[in-house]
Amino acid sequence: MIRRTFIKQTGIATAAISALPSFDLFAETKKTKTITILHTNDVHSHIDPFSPEDALHPNQGGVARRLTLVEAIRKENPNTLLLDAGDIFQGTPYFNFYGGELEFKLMSLLKYDAATIGNHDFDNGVGGLAAQMPNASFKMLSANYDFTNTTMEGLTKPYEVFIKDGIKIGVFGLGIQLEGLVTKALSKETEYLDPVEIAQDMSRILKEEEQCDLVICLSHLGYDYKFDKISDIKLAEKTRNIDLIIGGHTHTFLDKPVIVNNADGVEVLVNQVGWAGINLGRIDFTFNLDGSISNNARTITV
Amino acid sequence: MIRFFSLLFLASIAVGCKDSQATLTQINGKQIAITDSLKGDEAILEYIAPYRQRIDEEMGAVLAYAPTSLSKSEGPYNTAIGNMMADAVYELSNPVFKKRTGKEIDAVLLNHGGIRSTLNAGDVTMRTAFDIMPFENSVVVVELSSDQIKEMFSYLESGKAHPISNMQIILDQDEKLKSTTINGKPVEEGKTYFVATNDYLQQGGDRMTFFSKPVSMEVLDYKIRTILVDYFKAKDTIAPVRDDRFIQE
Repeated sequence: MIRRTFIKQTGIATAAISALPSFDLFAETKKTKTITILHTNDVHSHIDPFSPEDALHPNQGGVARRLTLVEAIRKENPNTLLLDAGDIFQGTPYFNFYGGELEFKLMSLLKYDAATIGNHDFDNGVGGLAAQMPNASFKMLSANYDFTNTTMEGLTKPYEVFIKDGIKIGVFGLGIQLEGLVTKALSKETEYLDPVEIAQDMSRILKEEEQCDLVICLSHLGYDYKFDKISDIKLAEKTRNIDLIIGGHTHTFLDKPVIVNNADGVEVLVNQVGWAGINLGRIDFTFNLDGSISNNARTITV
Repeated sequence: MIRFFSLLFLASIAVGCKDSQATLTQINGKQIAITDSLKGDEAILEYIAPYRQRIDEEMGAVLAYAPTSLSKSEGPYNTAIGNMMADAVYELSNPVFKKRTGKEIDAVLLNHGGIRSTLNAGDVTMRTAFDIMPFENSVVVVELSSDQIKEMFSYLESGKAHPISNMQIILDQDEKLKSTTINGKPVEEGKTYFVATNDYLQQGGDRMTFFSKPVSMEVLDYKIRTILVDYFKAKDTIAPVRDDRFIQE
């Protein structure tokens, strides 16, 4: 409790300092690097835009448009990662006809860096997912599904460390409890492990062992629930060392990314961008490279 | 709206021993809408084209007409689109079940989450059926004990608009079960009932555990989506309504 109070007071103090005009003059001389994180979730095979007649999302979304936008952002900042938080499959005839082949091929063409697995990615069985993995050039990250004795064994990694402009970015994946969502006939021997415990392990490994500058959790747990079920909000509160949780599953449209205090009282960003690829999330992380600066303040603008 | 936060970056100690002393100082987050103001990448559009063509050939067939759009979000307890789905399962599965077993289906229960899109006003096509029901789930008819039927009603007390047919649920002011009927009558102790659902729910989907150990089960090999297609073909106009099958008094 003492430490938390200290952080809060320091936060107020540094906020006051950074509001001074002299800080801006100082900022011009310092060296910074910016990492851009782009993300989607629950695209659900929505490759084409919704039709102009659609009652809810007329003329919105579309993979080809998404690439145009992503390319423009990459041109602006080449140090960009493109991530997806699962439920890539199921929702349009593209999946019924081609079993997820086109979804994975297009994500590879868009140069996605990593994705995690949603419950609907099991809709053609764990074998149906494994069959499409050769079409995925991106990393499939899952830290809390144990695929031992399934056809997915060896096709996922718990986490990946990306290095952009010398900045180390650790990304790990978390999936939702399968019981009640995915039948045994589809998930076979896939085992669901406690996401909070796994997230603690992952963030410790990424921060302390891998020495990552940025830790991102790709989660398909769901944004928040009225009942007692682990969610992105609860995960953020219970863990440490995670900077950003990119969520999915609940198809949540947020006005802006949400800020949650973690177990250390440090702020974590939680974001989710609806579904069907009608939005792209963009989070820019700016790093100061001069370690001698005493004013180690973090400013979040959403 | 801009929120402004500052705090000590605790992990700066951890990265202290690295070559580059990168300290996270600023985070900006936003969401960008994908709209028609963005021109689609030509190479991607060309790549998709052959895949789309084969689908379009089959999806365009007009099956019926809908005067208004239907959404599963129109309210609690029951929705027009959910009522349509449950009624379609009842109408089209019952003759198959009766022919095979000599018995009749008493009621239908599907799940709200299984309605995957809106039904848009205008032509109802093969694509509509795929949009609403992309899953490959099939109808199963489970024989349930009276106790299992009571468990089912307790589950439905949550008020979520799971599609039902041929049963009625009335909640009191406190949102507790006030009265329930199946096939027009209250549940009779010791009697068994035939409830049509889909294989996903029977196998524990949405935690409908009352379906897990039925007295008996008949798999109809009739996909829910095929039922929707057959239902659309049989009707000229698709205009279901919300009704009193599940209400709060």
